[in-house]
Amino acid sequence: MDAFLQHLVNGLVLGGTYALLGIGLTLIFGLMNLVNFAHGELYTLGAYATFAAVALGGWNFFVAVAAAIVVGAVAGALCERVLLAPLRDESIDTTMLVMIGLWIALQNAELLGWGGVAKSIPHPFPTAPLTLGPVGIAPLRVFVVLTALALIGLSWLLIQKTRLGTAMRATFQDRETAALMGVKIGRIHTATFAFGSALAAAAGALLGPIFLAYPSMGDLASLKAFSVVILGGLGNLAGATLGGVLLGIAEELGAGYVSSGYRDAVGFVIIILVLLFRPSGLFARSQRIG
Amino acid sequence: MQKRWLAMLLVGLIVGALTAPGLAQAPIKIGVIEPLSGPVAASGNYIRMGAEIARDWINARGGVGGRKVELVIEDNKSDPKEAASAAEKLIVRDKVPAIMGAWGSSMTLAAMPKLEEYGVPMVVETSSAASITKRGNPWIFRISPPSEMEALGLEQYVDKLGVKQADFLAVNTDWGRGSVTAFGDMLKKKGAAVGAAEFMEQAATDMNAQITKIKSTNGDTLFLTTAVEQITLVLKQGQEQRLTRKVITTGGSSSPSQLIKQAGAAAEGTYHIVFFMPWFPEAMPDAKLARAFVDEWAKRGHPFEGLTEGFRGHDGIATIAEAIKVAGKDEPKAIQSALWKVSLTGVNGPIKFEKDGPAGKESGQSKPSIFIVQIKDGKVALPDFMAKK
Repeated sequence: MDAFLQHLVNGLVLGGTYALLGIGLTLIFGLMNLVNFAHGELYTLGAYATFAAVALGGWNFFVAVAAAIVVGAVAGALCERVLLAPLRDESIDTTMLVMIGLWIALQNAELLGWGGVAKSIPHPFPTAPLTLGPVGIAPLRVFVVLTALALIGLSWLLIQKTRLGTAMRATFQDRETAALMGVKIGRIHTATFAFGSALAAAAGALLGPIFLAYPSMGDLASLKAFSVVILGGLGNLAGATLGGVLLGIAEELGAGYVSSGYRDAVGFVIIILVLLFRPSGLFARSQRIG
Repeated sequence: MQKRWLAMLLVGLIVGALTAPGLAQAPIKIGVIEPLSGPVAASGNYIRMGAEIARDWINARGGVGGRKVELVIEDNKSDPKEAASAAEKLIVRDKVPAIMGAWGSSMTLAAMPKLEEYGVPMVVETSSAASITKRGNPWIFRISPPSEMEALGLEQYVDKLGVKQADFLAVNTDWGRGSVTAFGDMLKKKGAAVGAAEFMEQAATDMNAQITKIKSTNGDTLFLTTAVEQITLVLKQGQEQRLTRKVITTGGSSSPSQLIKQAGAAAEGTYHIVFFMPWFPEAMPDAKLARAFVDEWAKRGHPFEGLTEGFRGHDGIATIAEAIKVAGKDEPKAIQSALWKVSLTGVNGPIKFEKDGPAGKESGQSKPSIFIVQIKDGKVALPDFMAKK
């Protein structure tokens, strides 16, 4: 029973981090109809930016995380301006190929720039776990999960409650009409992509210190992000959050009670089941027609 | 104007071609397949650095039979599929007569059928899975110890380490799975109990589930088999979950110096099976060579923590170069027969191949030296039971 509670807590914490990975991706997909294969590389960028600021620049950890998020947003805005803006009327396949290219280019640039040796990001939290009865959890992980939840909440507010959010939703529902209403379409595209990228960088900045920073770290992150988005339904923010938590708990219990060798398989079996029986995601309110 | 430039260029090229050393003086190519990118890229790059030291030392001494040695290095991206295509590329396109590789057991196993298909020998510098030399591939010559040999090397210390009940956490590859079997069998023979055997994917970063499961057993020792990146994560996450076990890492890819840097206090007290002790070069079989290698590594500005991996590259290339010298020509079949005759001392110690695997199709297996070190007070030390000898 003690082990079960610990597994559950581990799963929740892991799920929180998966959710953070998923929301940036689902946002860009849902609003821009763009499959962002470079999502994992922006995650890597966030981790390395934090490493550079804390370990090399000697910055305060929290300032470094904030700076990494800004770096992610700027990098996202640049990507959109340079690569995606000229392709705005192209099909989803074309932009997908461009993003795959960007993914490979960025990952190799990271390998060239930082070398293959993993970097450990220093953080100010004590390593001794916070214990509650039989269950222990590292303070850093508590911070990460709370920050992740705060970021998810802020994203929802931004999209639902602000003028910018309204303009975003309007643009991606009907570009022509939005333009007629005075929305600056180009800027909205850039802002959306920058926002999604900032969330990916935030995930990298927060998870980098828990794990290690290395050039190929984005691959696993991308894989998990896509899994979460499929579970939650494409473009569904609340779905991605719940999907992340669900995947985290499923993997953790699968590893704990089935076999740790098949840990990732448990997650993918669930995804296959979801695709078979609820193809638009576990948390889709209604089936879209047409 | 343009034409004159072109003419001069042509003349230059022809003169260059005429004065260049003849075909007999062309460099000897040696293929190298290592994971230079992907999750275990650090290890692969250290081996490349060690191989380059061996190459430069050989060339500084005048090469092999008067010809310079040239390395043709391919990246297997930590991926077995890539290892097979890298072997094919090296053999078919670069026409290398011998290969060193391919770090991970799964990568080596994937490359092996290509060696048999084209008849090119490969010196295996890192891989530990028993199956590599048991499959009946006569083109395989291994200088790293298989897990069974490592387990035998540890056997004499089991009582001193106080191992009564052991759990295993290993990477989910041929190496990890083979290691769990080998050490488990050895421990059972010694009368120790074997508890949980847990696995993790090579790229996995969160091992909390496995650690929680291991925590619920009554074991006193955790055998950890994976590369240094995952060892770092397991130690850190074990510390977060207050896993209090003796930890022994196997496979020699733990890089204790890197663990001290990246896992900090979480690495304190852990034991590591290594095949090179750059902290105490004087304790190595060939102290002079070991010292020279450590000095050269530092002179090139390579990170110290890479030495426990880098020496493999040196020893592998030194072995192949020695075989080419014995063979007298850089021809695959001749190198294969010469490998059976080589006897040299590498950074690890004596290298000499003995037959292993099904009769008639044996692979070569050398008997490398095995050492145990411990992280004590943030430094690498010989464990008490070894220092008191």
